[in-house]
This record gives sequence, C-alpha cells and structure tokens, in this order.
Amino acid sequence: MADALLQMRGITKTFPGVKALSDVNLTVKRGEIHAICGENGAGKSTLMKVLSGVYPHGTYTGEIVFDGQECHFSDIRDSEKRGIVIIHQELALSPYLSIAENIFLGNEVVHRGLIDWNKTNAQAAELMRRVGLVENPTTPAMEIGVGKQQLVEIAKALSKEVRLLILDEPTAALNDEDSAHLLNLLRGLREQGITSVIISHKLNEIEAIADSLTIIRDGRTIETLDMKADNVTEDRIISGMVGRDLEHRYPPHESTVGAEVLRIENWTVHSPTQQGRKIIDNANLTLRRGEIVGLAGLMGAGRTELAMSVFGRAYGVDISGRIFKNGKEIRLRNVGDAIRHGLAYATEDRKRYGLNLIEDIQRNVSGASLEKLASGGWVNENKEFEVAERYRKDLNVKAPSVASVTGTLSGGNQQKVVLAKWIYSDPDVLILDEPTRGIDVGAKYEIYTIINALADQGKAILVISSELPELLGICDRIYALSAGRVTGEVPRAEATPERLMQFMTKVKE
Amino acid sequence: MSSVAPATGGITTNTAKVPGGGGPKVANGRFTINLRQSGIYIAFAVIVLGFAIATDGKLLGFQNISNIIIQNSYILVLAIGMILIIIAGHIDLSVGSVVAATGGLAAVLMVNLDIPWPLAILITLVAGGVIGAWQGYWVAYFGIPAFIVTLAGMLLFRAVAMQVLGNQGVGPFPDQIRTLANGFTPGTLGNVALGPLGGADIITLLVGILACAGMVVMQLRTRQARIGYKQSVEPFAMFVVRNVLAIVVIMTIVVQLARFKNLPWVLVLLAVLVIGYTLVANRTVFGRHVYAIGGNLQAASLSGVKVKRVTFWLFVNMGVLAAVAGIILSGRLNVALPGAGQQFELDAIAAAFIGGAAVQGGVGRIVGAITGGLIMAVINNGMSLLGASPDQVMLAKGAVLLLAVALDVWAKRRAGASR
Repeated sequence: MADALLQMRGITKTFPGVKALSDVNLTVKRGEIHAICGENGAGKSTLMKVLSGVYPHGTYTGEIVFDGQECHFSDIRDSEKRGIVIIHQELALSPYLSIAENIFLGNEVVHRGLIDWNKTNAQAAELMRRVGLVENPTTPAMEIGVGKQQLVEIAKALSKEVRLLILDEPTAALNDEDSAHLLNLLRGLREQGITSVIISHKLNEIEAIADSLTIIRDGRTIETLDMKADNVTEDRIISGMVGRDLEHRYPPHESTVGAEVLRIENWTVHSPTQQGRKIIDNANLTLRRGEIVGLAGLMGAGRTELAMSVFGRAYGVDISGRIFKNGKEIRLRNVGDAIRHGLAYATEDRKRYGLNLIEDIQRNVSGASLEKLASGGWVNENKEFEVAERYRKDLNVKAPSVASVTGTLSGGNQQKVVLAKWIYSDPDVLILDEPTRGIDVGAKYEIYTIINALADQGKAILVISSELPELLGICDRIYALSAGRVTGEVPRAEATPERLMQFMTKVKE
Repeated sequence: MSSVAPATGGITTNTAKVPGGGGPKVANGRFTINLRQSGIYIAFAVIVLGFAIATDGKLLGFQNISNIIIQNSYILVLAIGMILIIIAGHIDLSVGSVVAATGGLAAVLMVNLDIPWPLAILITLVAGGVIGAWQGYWVAYFGIPAFIVTLAGMLLFRAVAMQVLGNQGVGPFPDQIRTLANGFTPGTLGNVALGPLGGADIITLLVGILACAGMVVMQLRTRQARIGYKQSVEPFAMFVVRNVLAIVVIMTIVVQLARFKNLPWVLVLLAVLVIGYTLVANRTVFGRHVYAIGGNLQAASLSGVKVKRVTFWLFVNMGVLAAVAGIILSGRLNVALPGAGQQFELDAIAAAFIGGAAVQGGVGRIVGAITGGLIMAVINNGMSLLGASPDQVMLAKGAVLLLAVALDVWAKRRAGASR
C-alpha cells in the first residue's frame, strides 16, 4: 500500500449564502491516478481551487497536507512551487506565442537576463517528446488542434517539475483519438512517478484509467473507492454521483407525432475561417409536429454549426441547400427571418450566447420578441412584466422576482430563462443546443418536463446533446452526425448507445 | 398568449413564494443596482452642498446657476449621445472635431452665404448626421473598432473644420442663433413679487410649476399601471418624499432663474432632449436593443437584434447631437473657430462614466450622464469661484473620474465574488 502524497482534511469553503464545500476529505496516494467525480456544481472545481491556492489559505477551513507537510498556499505560484500543477478545462495558451514560448511562459530559460532561445526550443522539444507531441516547437499555439494544445499544457506542467498533476475535464473537448492518446500519456506519467488527479464526466475513461475514485455530491465527500478492489462500474459511479436511480432521470413521455413542420434538404455549409472546408456536408433532416428529435455527434461533428447555419445563417459561409416550412420553401437570410418564420434556437453556451447577464429576467425573457410587446416602437413594460412573471412561475425559475439579474442565477435557472425567451417567441420549431449542460440533476428533470410539455403543445423540437443517455431518454428519433454528414437516423425503439456511437464515428467510405 | 405557456402543472407546485406585492421589500437585484446607480445623485448633492457652503451660497446664486447651465449645455448635449454609444459598448472620440466642423458649417451658411437661419440649422443637422453615418458605416458594417474609426474622425473632421472656415473665425451669427445659445425666454406676462426674493418672471414660474405637475402626474400614472399589473412598487411615503424632493430642487432652480433673466433657451432644449432620449432609451425597442447589444453582443444578435443597423444609427444620432452642440457653441461665442470644441469628447466621455456607465457597456442612463456632466460643471464652477487655478480644477476632475469608475469596478467585483 503506497503512502499518501496529498491529504485534504475537513475542507469547508463558504461563499456568501452558499456552502460550496462541507467537510470534504480527499486522500491521493503516491503514484496513482485518482479520479474525482461529481455532478456539475458538486464542488469539484472549488476543491481544486482550494488545493491550488486560487482560494488562499484562510478563506477556507480544514488542512492540506502535501508530502507530509502542512501547506498554506497563498496563490497558484505557491502551490506550483511545491509541484502541484492544475490544467484547467479552458486551456490557457497564448495563441500567438510558439509552443516553446508557451511551455516556458512565466518560467523562461534565461541567460544573463536574456532569453536563451536555443536552449528554450531544445528543452521544449525534449518535453514535447515526453508527451508525444510531434510539432515544431516554434509553431504558434493557435495553429495546432485542441488535442495538441492539451499536450502543450501537460508539457508546460512537466517543465515545472510537477509532482501532482490536476486535470480538469481534460478530454471534454477532445475527439476519441486525442482522448486515447491523452489517457495513454497519463499512464506513462504514472510510470515515471507522477501522481495525477483527473476530474472527468466521462465515466468510461475513469473506468479505464483511474486507480481510485472519490465521489463528491452537494459539496460533500460521498465515498472513495478503489477501482479494482471495489469492482467499480459506471452504474455504480452514477448512482453515487446522483444519489438516485437511473430510471428516474427522465420523465415518462409519449409523443403524439403529427405532420412535417421543417425539412432541411441538401444543406451544405462552409467554414468561415478555413476556406473551402465543408463543415456541414449535404445534410437532410425532417422535424415533425409534436416530435422530439435528437441530434447526436461527437465534438467537431458540426451539430451546433448545423443548427446555427439553419437559424438565419448565424454561422458559416457559402451555404447551400433548401429549407421547407410546412411544405413551403422559406429563405432565412438572418436571425430575424428565422424568428419570424417560427424558429427558435437556444444556444449551447448560455452565458456567452444566450443571456444578457447584467440584465434582469424580465428583459431577457422579452429579448427575442420585443416587437410583440411594443406598439409603434414603444415597449409596454407592464405587459412585459406580466409575461416574464408568468414564465417565472410556469417554468419554476427560482428567483425572488423577475427583477433579479440573470447573472446571479444558477445554471438551471438561467437555462429556464433562456427557454422562456424562446417559448415566448412562440416558435413552431425549437432547437435546443445542449439544454442541460452544466446544470444539476433536479433542474435537468425540470428541463425535460418542459421539453415534453412543449412537444405536447405541437412544437417540433430538435435536441442537440453530447450525452447519449439524455438523447435516448427523451427523444423519439435521433439523427447521428459525423464530420458534418448525417450518418444515421434511428427511432427511439431501435436506439442503443452502441448503435448511435457507430454512426457517430462513421467516416466517409 | 396563454396558449404559448407550456402546461407544466406537475412542476409548478413547488414554486418559491414571492414576497407579497406592495410591501416595502424591493427585489434584491434591482435594489442593489439602484443603490449603485443612485450613488451618483447622492454624490452630486454632496458636491453641490459642499461648494454652496464653501462659496457662501454664491454657487446657488441666480446668475451663477444660469451660467453653469449655459456654459455646459453643449457638453451635456454631447453626453446624451455619448452615453448611448457607450452603453452599446463603443466610444466616440471625434465629437469635439465634429462640433467644430458643424459649427463652422453653420457659420459659413449663415454668415458667408446668407442662408436663412432655420434652413442653415437644418442643413447643419443633416451634415452632422452624414458625418455620423460615415463613422457608423466603418464601425458597424466594416467592423473597425470605434476607437480607431473615431480617432481617425477626430483628425479628419478637425481638418474639415479648418477647410470650411478657411482657418479663421467666422461670425457674427444672426440674433436668433445667439438667443438660442445665450438668451432667455421673454417675460411676456411680466413679473410677480415673491416677498423677500423680489420680482420673478411669471412665465418661468408657470413653466416650472407645469413641469412639476407633469412629472407627478406621469409618475402617478406609471405607479397606478404597475399596481394594476400587480407589480411591486415603492411605498407611497417614499414616493411622496421622492417627488417632493424633486419638486424642491426643480422649483429652487426655476425660482432662481425667474429672478434673474428667465429660462435660458438651452435649458428648454436640454430638458426636451433629456426627456425624449430617456424615453427612447427605456421604452422603445431601439433603446432596448442598445442595452442588449452592450450587455451581450452575441446573445443580442442570436435573438434577432439587428446589431449593425442599431450601431449605425447610434453614430448617426451622435453626429446630429454633435451638430446641435456645434450650433450652440458657436452661437454662444458668436464666432465659429476652427479650433473649437477641443477635448469636448473627453468631457462627454467623462460625464458618461461618472454618471454610472459601465466600461464594458450595457449599463448607463441618460440622467446619469447629465448628472455626471453637472458634477464636472459644478466642480469647475465651484473651484473657480473659490479662486482655484486651472491645474487644480483639472486635478480634481481627473480624480473624480477615476474614483467614480473605480467604485463601479469595485462594486462589480464584490458582486461577482459573492456568487
């Protein structure tokens, strides 16, 4: 039995009004890969911020013992000095700097006050070899893919003589090949004696790579499991994470499917940044009244791009193809056209694309349909209040009033505000891009209930999701997208994760 | 529209209780924002009071009040346009030069070409709009940051001003223009004795009383409508206190002006602009779209807001307001100078930021910008009355600007940390 490299004992961290962590314990053994699982908002990231000194000593209670010594980190530099390096989900590379410059950023190889470029590039090349990154060290970071950027981050960590490497959702943005490479790399680092903590939602990866696992729920440690000894399965992890049975994650629903509402034919979209590259290639889709249709695809398959290009050409250039609404061809030249023709698109990233975070609920709900509340250009604020208040109640938005600023709401409630905005625009077709990303289980259930209710009202719904169980749980029919092409269409009865995954990974013959 | 709402009966049962309407509790979010926004008015009151005491009341003397308004009217006009641009997340550095160019154009039209003054004003305003359209095109449709476009505009339109005026001052202006910029409403109905205060102009007093009555009626109607829609409103006592305070402030100024030379025409113009633009900003679809763009550009455009069009018209509007300021300024000086309006852009921008605009856009109010402008005006005027040197005045204004924005950033960081 290896001894403990890191022990966090009784960590409690309070924000005004919220207890983010409550008596959390974490023990990481020397030389292992330790996974941390928990739902979004469970407190994983907060725990890592406590560990790395983002929340300095004194702002939390409890103790951190690293390598037998109690630590009082006051900032990230402090923890990095001890060999604790955290790689965040959003990579922090400087796009215009070279790979080598990025690796040694803040830690430059200096000779008499000047940077020694030969040594920098040579050392970078050596680090890149260790992480299996085949590129020229002088290539700018923006020119390499996300998977390789992730490797640069790890190389950067290695340059700091890392002893405990923390990876926050390292494979979230990677394709399968890059993910596999990354996991192999972590195994290799383990052989070299580097201990890793990996935060991940991808349970299959955890199963494949982790030696032990700590589950966090609602800011508390639920359990720490030894992956081999305890014979941990995905279902086991999920039940620990959610604390409720799998079957009850989706509300039961029978759709009454009606006539065709929207048909997309031969839809082809080109990349706005890379000339000539097809992002969507000859896609055909049909949405019917009262039906919930899923759109599955791996990262980079073009799901969001497909939705946005249809939604008034909000993405892409050189778009060709035809759109039919109720059998009649329509042209959607801009977002306004799309809204007028009864389309709605609730974006994937609600903070960046969905909400005005400094405005209140009332003004966000009315955001896409101010014309409906106005006569002669003048907005009737009382009517607006009435509308927002009704949706706040109907969708159970947890906020004291519609005058609450949306930036202060939790993810689930923000998503409800986004939904309210689009429901009020009274669409016939609702495209929901990752409607439950980053929100907790209870709120997810409510969102599913709302989606079902909308379908019952006769709306055609397209749900884009990265989570296959979610699509299988709520959709009547699922399209699979791979590299911009629709590679499969599966009715609910025949859909299995394996079958969908086959379509999603299908490459051009 | 009730058919639009989904029948989510199953999940609405556990709706959180809302604090009862009509009670004194104000919703959290709105209240904190109001506190941050109203801080500026409290600061203004403190500054005015401080200088009034320090100057033995000279600051609030009738002639001085009149002077403050007339001397700063063009900055306040510019601040109205500027805050809208800042709310949308842009900036306009060219307004000082545009003031000179349009003022010069007005002078050439009226003085050199003898064009009747109403037509000349119209042409000048259109020219201001064209200048704004030029800048709006580059910002909105071509996608160059407003900072660069208007920095170029600052040079370009200064050059235009020099060209138009042939590098020399042009004047004098027709009487009507001078009256607009410098003059007062006529006392047709004569004076009335106000006891120890002496004689005061009846029309001015009537306008003041009508303005107050109008304000109270408007507010009462808004309040009644809100109650009708079961929205929470402030307690009636607070409503009364607020209105009484406003009436006292307005009538103090009006009485002082009535004792002096009646209402300055520029004050009438300013009042119309402030009311008009406040309504545009808060109650029109266009105004809402301006806030939406500044708050989250991507979300606005994905909600169907025509971002480019709105941005374009904001700059057109700024150009027209700059022309208004140009006419007032040259009318007041009675000569259009190629070097006029230097650093006006900085005063207007400072007014907007002191008045509560957010650096990132999305936040700000017309009344706030006016208050910000008045704070600078009062500091200017008060310190001059106290015999301070220009460098001291500049020091004070710079400190106030930095302090105001620092407070805003600090408040935001605290709000962010509490989540």
